[in-house]
Amino acid sequence: MMVRVDGLGGSDSLIQARGLGKTYSRGGEQIHVLQALNLDVQKGEFVAFMGPSGSGKTTLLNLLGGLDVPSAGSITVAGDEITHMSRRRLTEWRARHVGFVFQMYNLIPVLRAFQNVELPLLLTSLSKAQRRQHVETALGVVGLSDRMHHFPRQLSGGQEQRVTIARAIVSDPTFLLCDEPTGDLDRKSADEIMELILRLVKEYKKTVLMVTHDPVVAGRADVTLHLEKGVLVEADSRQSVSSGGVR
Amino acid sequence: MKFLGLIRANLFRKKIRLFLTLGSFAVAMCLFGLLFVIREGFNQGIDVAGADRLIAYNRVGLVTPLPLSYRDRIMQIPGVTLVTHQNWFGGVYQDPKNFFPQFVIDPETQRKMYPEFSIPDDQWQNFVKDRQGAIVGAFTANKFGWKVGDRIPIQGTFLPGTWEFNIDGIYHGTRAKDDETQFWFQWDNFENYLETHKIDRYLGMVGWYTIKVDNPDNSLRVAKAVDALFSNSDYETHTDSEANFAAGFAKQMGNIQFLILSIGSIVFFTLLLVTGNTMAIAVRERTSELAVLKAVGYSDRFVLFLVLSEAALIAIVGGVFGLALAKGFTLLPANVNPVRTFLPLLYLSGEVFAIGIAAALSVGLISGFFPALGAMRLRVVDALRRV
Repeated sequence: MMVRVDGLGGSDSLIQARGLGKTYSRGGEQIHVLQALNLDVQKGEFVAFMGPSGSGKTTLLNLLGGLDVPSAGSITVAGDEITHMSRRRLTEWRARHVGFVFQMYNLIPVLRAFQNVELPLLLTSLSKAQRRQHVETALGVVGLSDRMHHFPRQLSGGQEQRVTIARAIVSDPTFLLCDEPTGDLDRKSADEIMELILRLVKEYKKTVLMVTHDPVVAGRADVTLHLEKGVLVEADSRQSVSSGGVR
Repeated sequence: MKFLGLIRANLFRKKIRLFLTLGSFAVAMCLFGLLFVIREGFNQGIDVAGADRLIAYNRVGLVTPLPLSYRDRIMQIPGVTLVTHQNWFGGVYQDPKNFFPQFVIDPETQRKMYPEFSIPDDQWQNFVKDRQGAIVGAFTANKFGWKVGDRIPIQGTFLPGTWEFNIDGIYHGTRAKDDETQFWFQWDNFENYLETHKIDRYLGMVGWYTIKVDNPDNSLRVAKAVDALFSNSDYETHTDSEANFAAGFAKQMGNIQFLILSIGSIVFFTLLLVTGNTMAIAVRERTSELAVLKAVGYSDRFVLFLVLSEAALIAIVGGVFGLALAKGFTLLPANVNPVRTFLPLLYLSGEVFAIGIAAALSVGLISGFFPALGAMRLRVVDALRRV
């Protein structure tokens, strides 16, 4: 495991952020949410970001997922520099490379679980039969094969989040971004979701970046990075931590 | 096609709202269809007017007759191939509400002048031989249940007394808009009545002449020649194309076009506001869903298309339903459709149907445009933050 925050990671990093900054202007005042942040994440790593509200965790996730553009610095994912992509190209890039898991699930209530998971595949050239196969596989991975024809309102919170995870992995993206995936769940459901994410990392070699407030949840990740006032200030790793950043 | 499920699911999200919006479209388009039907009813004579036919009537007005002697003089004008004459006979059958046009005609020339009216030969021959005979249009015959061989009384108005006629034939129009309401009887019968009752002011006088020209390009020249021929006489003429004559007749009913345009504009503007508001609400309440679509890779243009296609579908379905209602109204028989008392021919053409659908679609797209634009411009980060 080779998560680094010192900007000295090699070009083999799957995700590489250099001098990343994000500044908002509010009422004439400049708010620096992220400042000169460096990050290197390798393929197959599970990284948790912690920090108090307003520390810039979600902003960092949005930048890495191409949902927002940085005020300074650059982001390279699997060799693609995404910082200067047009809105249209960035949208296409997201469809290919990023799977999103949100705290509030954000499923479309009028679509069944199957249709929700199928959404990213409608943008591909896959046939209907191929799409069905992919969706069934993804719902099988999250253990909801028997709920594929249910609407979100007919599912529990934990099941809804599992459908969201199925939607995130169905197109086999390069990495997953999870924004407080257990934030709206009870402990038992949260544990189940974390088991599922860990299985995606270990069995399916998925790279996962996760924002959480919960130290127990963060403890399941390979590495936990702490953001405070837009700066990465410390890091933990259950497996390996290096000095001069994080190893 | 693969996105149809998504569009359909969004449309049926709030079923009551969907049906109310569809209903407002349907009512508006039904009204649109009916306004056009009524307009077409007034303009019916214009649409079926013969391009090669002119009408010559007294310059003073239609109610003032012209001498029968003009017929042979008009025939002498180069380009004129046929002349016939008619008189208005404002009779009543049983009840003044039973309105239908009755004309005194010349049996020798009427059929040649109006080939669009189809009458079986044997019926026509019987009519020519029968001084008390009458030919009636299929619509009027159906309305009153008349059959060939029936004897029916008509109460005269400006020529008082009860006139009895034998129904010798029933004519049908060969085109959809042809007038099948007329009632024709013989000039000889009319003249005989005038002579018997010594009504000299109408004796030897016709209501108007219908003139057939060899080529529609000659119409203007012939019309001028007819009017020039009788200028400075006691009975000066005004000659016009049959279409203009019919249009002038329609204008007597008021400015129908203006009325229709005014009501139509108000209806559409109201519909635009109602649908625009509905679409705006529909987009606003699913801001986070649109943001998720964008997050997983749906383009801004797709989101624009999604919202616009929903608005367009509502417009088309509502429009088709409304216009079908209007069409159904035109097909109602005369005894349950009060409008047919004064406008016998109610006809919603395919052209009007297409115009209606195009108008509905335009309203749908315009009303959906701004909500769709807002959805297209939605920033994922902002939208998710609002949740």
